[in-house]
Amino acid sequence: MIEVRDLTKRFGNKVAVDHLSFSVQPGQVTGFLGPNGAGKSTTMRVILGLDHATSGSATIFGKPYAEIASPLRTVGALLEAKSVHPGRSARNHLLFLAQTQGLPARRVDEMLDLVGLRDVAGRRARSYSLGMSQRLGVAAALLGDPQVLLLDEPVNGLDPEGVLWIRNLMKHLASQGKTVLVSSHLMNEMAVTADHLVVIGRGRLLAAAPTAEVVARGSGQSVRVRTPDADRLSALIADAGGSVVPGSNGGPVGDPDDTTPVLTVSGLSAARIGQLAASAAIVLHELTPQLATLEDAFLELTSDSLEFGHRPADVPVQATDGSSR
Amino acid sequence: MSVTAATTEASPVSARQGRRAGFGHLLLSEWTKIRSVRSTTWTLLAFVVVTIGFTALITWVTEANWNGPHAADRNAQAIADPTSIIFGISVYLGQLTLSVLGVLVITTEYSTGVIRASLLAVPKRLPMLAAKIVVAAVLIGVLAEIVAFGSFFVGSAILHPHISVSLSDPGILRATIGAGLYLTAFGLFAMGIGTLIRHSAGAIATAVGVAFVLPIIGALLPDTSFWNHLVGYLPEQAGSMVYLVHETGSHIVLSAWEGFGVLCAWTAVLLGIGGYLLTRRDA
Repeated sequence: MIEVRDLTKRFGNKVAVDHLSFSVQPGQVTGFLGPNGAGKSTTMRVILGLDHATSGSATIFGKPYAEIASPLRTVGALLEAKSVHPGRSARNHLLFLAQTQGLPARRVDEMLDLVGLRDVAGRRARSYSLGMSQRLGVAAALLGDPQVLLLDEPVNGLDPEGVLWIRNLMKHLASQGKTVLVSSHLMNEMAVTADHLVVIGRGRLLAAAPTAEVVARGSGQSVRVRTPDADRLSALIADAGGSVVPGSNGGPVGDPDDTTPVLTVSGLSAARIGQLAASAAIVLHELTPQLATLEDAFLELTSDSLEFGHRPADVPVQATDGSSR
Repeated sequence: MSVTAATTEASPVSARQGRRAGFGHLLLSEWTKIRSVRSTTWTLLAFVVVTIGFTALITWVTEANWNGPHAADRNAQAIADPTSIIFGISVYLGQLTLSVLGVLVITTEYSTGVIRASLLAVPKRLPMLAAKIVVAAVLIGVLAEIVAFGSFFVGSAILHPHISVSLSDPGILRATIGAGLYLTAFGLFAMGIGTLIRHSAGAIATAVGVAFVLPIIGALLPDTSFWNHLVGYLPEQAGSMVYLVHETGSHIVLSAWEGFGVLCAWTAVLLGIGGYLLTRRDA
């Protein structure tokens, strides 16, 4: 298992990871979710000993990565950045890695068969498609049959077949009792892959819980209301303790000409809003509880922590404390 | 895909085989790395052609113009120290190709991102660099000695009509072995620069600067004891003592083996600092 404790990583005066703590358990796929620039890759690089932590610690089975005796037999990693010499063949890339761990050369051929690169194993890596490169990366990660796997944005740029392959692979590895940490900025991908989520924004922990719980936390929070009498209803809702955000004027599906104002109400149930409207004889065109998806939950969690979000350009990134939910 | 089902059941057996990795495994790994890229082949081929080629060219020019006008000075130099004709220019240019190889061995790890895979496999980092140095030293060293003796035999054969020089003459065997040693040490010196700078172009430019530009600047400096000693201890100047027999000039402040020792010390310091930085820097 992976344990990250109070981890901070600074590059100059830029804080990439900010007092981050979480743990990753075996036997399940843990999604490591956050917007681009949230610090996912940096955290993974620190766990893998490529970057040095400014403070705090990251351990695997209780040890820093550098202390693990046969690292590739314990931990497999697929990094987002390329790590293959374009002039070297897949076989030689895997061979030199296998040799560092004292693995037999036969293991290289097994991995080539496993990821379906056997026929092109002698070709130089620069001729490989993105999908083939990713398969080579997976082969390198699985070379030592590790108990722990870290995959950084493994489905980025893959075709649907490749995405499905990676997804099934991760689930399969977790079902064998391995510890799988996979980063992504794609919520939908995590929703169908991950059992557990660690959500970060601007280097800080936003949530660490089972996927279903993260989704539930964000759901039922708002109700979409359409009414021609928006001002009166807004006042009533405010009096009843709800909050109203005037929405766009896009019509409901099938009725694009309806320009009735839309309100997004939170803090009150749909039933209560209906009662309020009826008691004041306000006409409603629509009253829809908004069921949050993981995407909504994610956007809500990270809305204040977007590295490149809609904030004034002159506000220093660290100056605002956006992730204190 | 069916691939997934087979993922790891098919393989743990072979994954558990093999002994715990030791330094020998790292040497094997670095050998696989260096032999599996084309830049190794091309730079080594260029090294052989350039070094032996220029030995042949310079000795042939000397021999062919023996009785020509303005030949007296060169003839005198060739008689006094045949190694300066045989090795002078060819080693000077041959070191350039080995500098490129020495630099690329380390900088391509960074430019291609292989360094990440390498350090994931050897997270203590220094053993990886040590294995890389040993493999490069043996590969370059063996080839450099072959080329040094090849150059000597080609050069001495071409000079033979006017100058008889053989390995049994005083200092000649040392100079020939020394030419190979100098070239090896300079290749590793360039590797040290590559370890420090990490970028191919910058590191190659720096190595060329040390080999070609510093000696030119050195020649322009005042002819005083202080400057002569300073210049005499520069890597290229000091190291060149070992492949010349009868050194002349005001920058000669070291004996053959002292000079070679100074070059080795430069190399060790650069690689030492490079190794220290390798463990400290983020990869």
